[in-house]
Amino acid sequence: MNPLPLVAVAGSPNAGKSALFNALTGARQKVGNYPGVTVERHSGRLVLADGRPVELVDLPGAYSLDPASPDEAVTRDVLLGRQKGERQPDALVIVIDASNLDNHLRFALQLIELGHPTIIALNMVDLAKRDGLELDPSRLSEELGVPVIETVAVRRRGIQDLQAALDDMLSAPFCGVHEHVKSDLIHLQRRAREIATAAVVSETPVRRWTHRLDAVLLHPVFGPVILAAIMFVMFQAVFAWSQTPVTWIADGVAWLSNVATSVLPAGLLRSLVVDGAIAGVGAVITFLPQILILFFFILLLEGTGYMVRAAFLMDKLMHGVGLSGRAFIPLLSSFACAVPGIMATRTIDDPKDRLTTILVAPLMTCSARLPVYTLIIAAFIPNTRLAWGIGLQGVVMFGLYITGICGALLAALVLRKGVLKGSSGGFMMELPKYQWPPLKDVVIGILTRAQIFLKRAGTIILGTTVVLWALASIPQAGPGQRQSEVSIAGHIATAIETVVKPIGFNHDISLALLPAMAAREVAVSAIATVYSIDSPDEQAGANRLEDKLHHRWSLATALAFLAWFVFAPQCISTIAVTRRETNGWRWPLFMVTYLFALAYLAAGATYWIAVAAGLGGA
Amino acid sequence: MNAPFQPDTISLDQLKLGTKARVSSIAWDGLDEGEACRLRNFGFDEGVTVEPLHLGPFGRDPIAIRVGRMTVAIRRRHAGAIRVIPLTQ
Repeated sequence: MNPLPLVAVAGSPNAGKSALFNALTGARQKVGNYPGVTVERHSGRLVLADGRPVELVDLPGAYSLDPASPDEAVTRDVLLGRQKGERQPDALVIVIDASNLDNHLRFALQLIELGHPTIIALNMVDLAKRDGLELDPSRLSEELGVPVIETVAVRRRGIQDLQAALDDMLSAPFCGVHEHVKSDLIHLQRRAREIATAAVVSETPVRRWTHRLDAVLLHPVFGPVILAAIMFVMFQAVFAWSQTPVTWIADGVAWLSNVATSVLPAGLLRSLVVDGAIAGVGAVITFLPQILILFFFILLLEGTGYMVRAAFLMDKLMHGVGLSGRAFIPLLSSFACAVPGIMATRTIDDPKDRLTTILVAPLMTCSARLPVYTLIIAAFIPNTRLAWGIGLQGVVMFGLYITGICGALLAALVLRKGVLKGSSGGFMMELPKYQWPPLKDVVIGILTRAQIFLKRAGTIILGTTVVLWALASIPQAGPGQRQSEVSIAGHIATAIETVVKPIGFNHDISLALLPAMAAREVAVSAIATVYSIDSPDEQAGANRLEDKLHHRWSLATALAFLAWFVFAPQCISTIAVTRRETNGWRWPLFMVTYLFALAYLAAGATYWIAVAAGLGGA
Repeated sequence: MNAPFQPDTISLDQLKLGTKARVSSIAWDGLDEGEACRLRNFGFDEGVTVEPLHLGPFGRDPIAIRVGRMTVAIRRRHAGAIRVIPLTQ
């Protein structure tokens, strides 16, 4: 069977390429990887008017065919038919921003030279009009020699015209691309400017929205204040908005647990299902709302164009610790998860800048720590209201994030003075126009994350929980003995305990630390499983995990546990992605070692200070 | 890395915010290859009109510059490699 015709979507960054791709393919998307390189391949399926299916691939954004990053190299190689694991595209859709013709036409001219059947999507015509710019698409089409379709991808406008044009194009025979003639960039740029000037019908100077917003958001005083406020609101919201849905999920898990208890006969099977699977996985999926709220904010900040402004505001400070403003986006993404954050460092050109960013990214508080933080905070920090809309629990959470950030900045500074000494590279970024991202794109992004999280809960977390249940249940404790001490897991934990006892960790924590190497949130399910096995008589929902902890741990231990998780590199995925991105074991091993050392010191210092302050009693 | 001195020109990092200017020369040799490539990709070229719009809050660095129809942020150090002729409005 012949493969589907392949249409590549190409364009400069900020042309609205991904929005157009989403508009064309909807939710029918696949995210994969190009073989041998760590560049994501986004593809989707589109059905033309006559029923023919077409595969669409969203190429990484590039400014020209002379690559400045691995992403841009993939774009070039796919277009030249040289990329491993990708067939030659049958047609090309070039997305250009209508209000940035001079720049985007240069890349378009370079691509048209290749000789693919090509359609230009003249995107964001609404924003151009708002800026007082009137264009003549037919004139543009004449000058370029290819069809030009006006689109507003975020409003799904012009999409049908674009599909119709694709339909025509794919019906015509195609005889392969030319070899890449490396036209002089300066020459192309001048030609691009000529065409842009010719295509402009009228231009009325208006005060642009983006300029007005930037006057406030990039203001030397208000800018940083607003950035801090946005981050504070974001973390308060993660706590406040999630309370209701978290209760629903917790009630659902308790109900399921009761049903299973009444249906299954008492014995090992019931213990496996109720104490292992339901208690473990249930404890983790309770945190789904928080993770999704955090991703909602990150997707929104990215989609509106504010994320780049944050990088602009922070560049000088980041430069001060030997990083660039470019590192701000990977580090901010690491608040959601260090894995995409570390992958996002590919946009950093300077190798030492990039390596430093990778090594400190795990210090950013990722969403997997939220279950741990939330549990401990809910159990030990009173829900007092400090001022209108500001609760003590939220402040503690904010403090943990700040500790992570300060730790990352300090670590970067030390790394750049020591193992990664050298001058830091530059900071050059485009500040795109502000726009409201379509709700549908944000929803697609959130659903993808939810899917990944639930898949993890269903595989890694379920697997480790069941293994832990087995280790914790065998052999069975006799009368008067505690199950968590007699079992195999108990003996392993006793060995770990000798190391972590000085920093205030008890036997139960030692037991949770080992499976939590798979992923941090497993610590929560592990603790839930252990206490569930230890006290089989308690109804699963009747005695909440928070209450059990509150009775068994001292405040000093709880605080030390929080401090540990600010630093500890307990995530197999992060270690694996670091190995892949740095091409070897040297840097991931270095990372794991220095982070565990920091975690031990931080937890120890917290515990000793807390005990000295009289918080050591249970 | 500064461009050779020419009468009537100043370097871009000295240009006042909101003042339009025409690029007279860029000291490409003082920039490394990647930086030069990126500046070209942003459309920096002799004869182009530029206008500094915003400064970073800490140490007045980086600088947001309108070049053509695009706004880009570059560090003060790189702006120093670009000589411009201020245009009076």
